[in-house]
Amino acid sequence: MEHKKGRFGEHGGQYIPETLMNAVIELEKAYNCYKDDTSFKKELAELLNNYAGRPSRLYFAKKMTQDLGGAKVYLKREDLNHTGSHKINNVLGQALLAKKMGKTRLIAETGAGQHGVATATAAALMGMECVVFMGKEDTERQALNLYRMRLLGAEVIPVTTGTATLKDAVSEAMREWTKRIDDTHYCLGSVMGPHPFPTIVRDFQSVISKEIKEQLMEMEGRLPDVVIACVGGGSNAIGAFYNFIEDSSVKLIGCEAAGRGIDTLETAATINTGRLGIFHGMKSYFCQDQYGQIAPVYSISAGLDYPGIGPEHAWLNDIGRGEYVAITDDEAVNAFEYLSRTEGIIPAIESAHAVAHAIKIAPRMTKDKIIVINISGRGDKDCASIARYRGEDVYE
Amino acid sequence: MFMSNIRNAFKNGKAFIPFITCGDPDLETTAKIVRKMVVSGADIIELGIPFSDPTAEGPVIQEANIRALSSGVSTDKIFDMVRDLRQDVKAPMIFMTYANVVFGYGTEKFIKTASEIGMDGIILPDVPFEEKNEFAPVCRKYGLDFISLIAPTSQNRIEMIAKEAEGFVYCVSSLGVTGTRSNITTDIESMVKLVRKANPDIPCAIGFGISTVEQARKMAQYSDGIIVGSAIVRIIGQYGKTAVSHVSDYVIEMKKSANS
Repeated sequence: MEHKKGRFGEHGGQYIPETLMNAVIELEKAYNCYKDDTSFKKELAELLNNYAGRPSRLYFAKKMTQDLGGAKVYLKREDLNHTGSHKINNVLGQALLAKKMGKTRLIAETGAGQHGVATATAAALMGMECVVFMGKEDTERQALNLYRMRLLGAEVIPVTTGTATLKDAVSEAMREWTKRIDDTHYCLGSVMGPHPFPTIVRDFQSVISKEIKEQLMEMEGRLPDVVIACVGGGSNAIGAFYNFIEDSSVKLIGCEAAGRGIDTLETAATINTGRLGIFHGMKSYFCQDQYGQIAPVYSISAGLDYPGIGPEHAWLNDIGRGEYVAITDDEAVNAFEYLSRTEGIIPAIESAHAVAHAIKIAPRMTKDKIIVINISGRGDKDCASIARYRGEDVYE
Repeated sequence: MFMSNIRNAFKNGKAFIPFITCGDPDLETTAKIVRKMVVSGADIIELGIPFSDPTAEGPVIQEANIRALSSGVSTDKIFDMVRDLRQDVKAPMIFMTYANVVFGYGTEKFIKTASEIGMDGIILPDVPFEEKNEFAPVCRKYGLDFISLIAPTSQNRIEMIAKEAEGFVYCVSSLGVTGTRSNITTDIESMVKLVRKANPDIPCAIGFGISTVEQARKMAQYSDGIIVGSAIVRIIGQYGKTAVSHVSDYVIEMKKSANS
C-alpha cells in the first residue's frame, strides 16, 4: 500500500508552525538514517529486552475463555513491561534516536501519565533532562504517576489551559518545542502529530504485533481471527495491528472511549462522532463543532481523553481495514473489574475498553476462533479513581 | 503588474500592522477598535478568528481567544462584522486563524465568503510551505493573499518560501509562541536580506515579541513594517469595552516610532 510521503490516504501531513519545520525534517532524516542501522537496532533491541523486559507474554486467558463460552481469548501482556505499559517501546526508540541526534533534553505530553513516566524513565537511564506536560485535571486523576515522574528526575508542568487534559498537554509541549529546539527532542507519545511522528511511533510500537504473530504461531500454529486494542491517539492499537494489516483474515478492532455515550457531549469517540479536520500537526478525524472549534471531550480514562485519532487509524477506517467501536465508561469499568476477578489481572482503564469489547463478541464466536486483546497497560494507577467511580472514598 | 491592496499598504512609510482577536471582549468593541486603529495610523489590520486551541499563541492571546469564544463569537458573526466594517474602512484587512477554522467551515466556502466581504489575505500559522496547497490555490482563485511566515529556524527554507510569497512575508522575530519579549536576539537583518535576495519586490513585516517604541524603531529599520499583537491584546484585556482610546494612543505612538 503506497502512500504519499507523510500521508495515510488523505490523512497525516505536517500542519505545524514554520519554526518547527526544520526540526521535523531533521528528525525524519535522522530516523531514516538510523532505522535500518545495524548497531542502532542492536542497541534498541538490547534495551527492549534487558531493560524493558521484552518480549512481553502472550497469555491464554483460560478462565475468561471458559466463562465467555466462545472464542479463545489471549492477552498480550504489555502491562508487564517496565514502567507498566506499551509506552516504553516507543520511548526507548525515540530517546536513543534523540541521543544519536545530539539532543540532551526530552519533552513529552502525557494523559494518564504512562507516557510521561516512560519518558522520565528513559531520560533517567540515558542521562537526559526531562520535562513532562500534563493536564491539571489529569495530575489530579493520576496523582501517583505525577509523583513517579518527579521521583525519576523529571520536571512535571501542570497545564491549566483549555480542558486541562491530554489535548492541552500536547499543545503546551508543541509550544515548548518551538521555544527550544536546538537541544530538545519532543518525544511524542502516540501515533499522531506531524510527520514523521505517526510513522516513527508506529514502527517502534510494531514490535507488539510482530511478537503476537510469532507467539501465536508457536502456540496455535496460526493467525488470530481478531485483534482488539483501545484507541486514543492509537499507539498501542497500531502496534498491535501493524503486522496484521496485510493479513486480511485478521479482523482489527479499535475501541474508542465513548465516555458517557456517543449520543452525549461527554465522549471522546473520534471516529464515531468526529469529522475530518486539521489539528496538532495532522489531518485526521477530530471531535469538533460546525466552526472547526475542537470539542472538549470526556472519558473516564485520561489516556483516551483526546479529541483526535492518529492518521493511520483514520485511513484504516476509511478503507474498511479497521473497525472502530465505542465503549462507554460503564462498560470499561465493568471490564476492569471483570478481568481483575476472572484472571487476576488488573488492566489499565484504557485497556479495559478493549477487554469490554472482547466480552461482547467472544460469546458470539465459535470455540475454534481466536481473539487477542492488547492489554496495553496495568491498572494500578486507576484503582483509586475506579473506586471513587463506584462510590468508595479512596484517595491516594 | 497587479498590486494587491496589501502591497500598496506598504507605500505609506513603514507599515504598522496591529493584531486583535475578534470578539474580545465583544464584536461591537472589535469593530470600534478597528475603525479607530485605522484613523490612528494602522496600515493593515490583522483580525484574529479565535480558535479553541491556538498552539502558536502565548498566554496573552490564548486568553483573548477564550474571552472571545465565551462571548459567543463565531466565524459567521465575524464575517457579518467585517461586512459592516467594509462600508467605511478602506485599509486592507487580513484574517489570522488556524487551519481547522478554515477547513472545518469548508475551505472554499470560507475563502469565497472572506473575499466577498472584502478581506485581502489570510495567515494560518499552522500551515507551512509544504502544506500550503491545501489553501493557497483557493485563495488565489478568490483573490486573497496567502501570507507566508519565516522563522529564525527557517534558514535554507527562506528562499523557497520567499519566492512564492504573496502580500508580504511575515518574519517571525523569535523562537517560541506569540507574546511580548524584553529582548529580540535573532539576526533579523540577515533573515530579511535572504528574503529580499529571493524576492526583491515582496515587503517584509516583522512580528512576535514587539511591544515597545524602541523595538518598533529598531525592527522597522530592518524591514518594511512591524506587526504587534500581544501588546495590543493586553490593553484590550485590561480595559475591555473601554479599550478603544487606549489602543488608539498606542497605535499612534508605535506608527510614529516605526517611522522615526
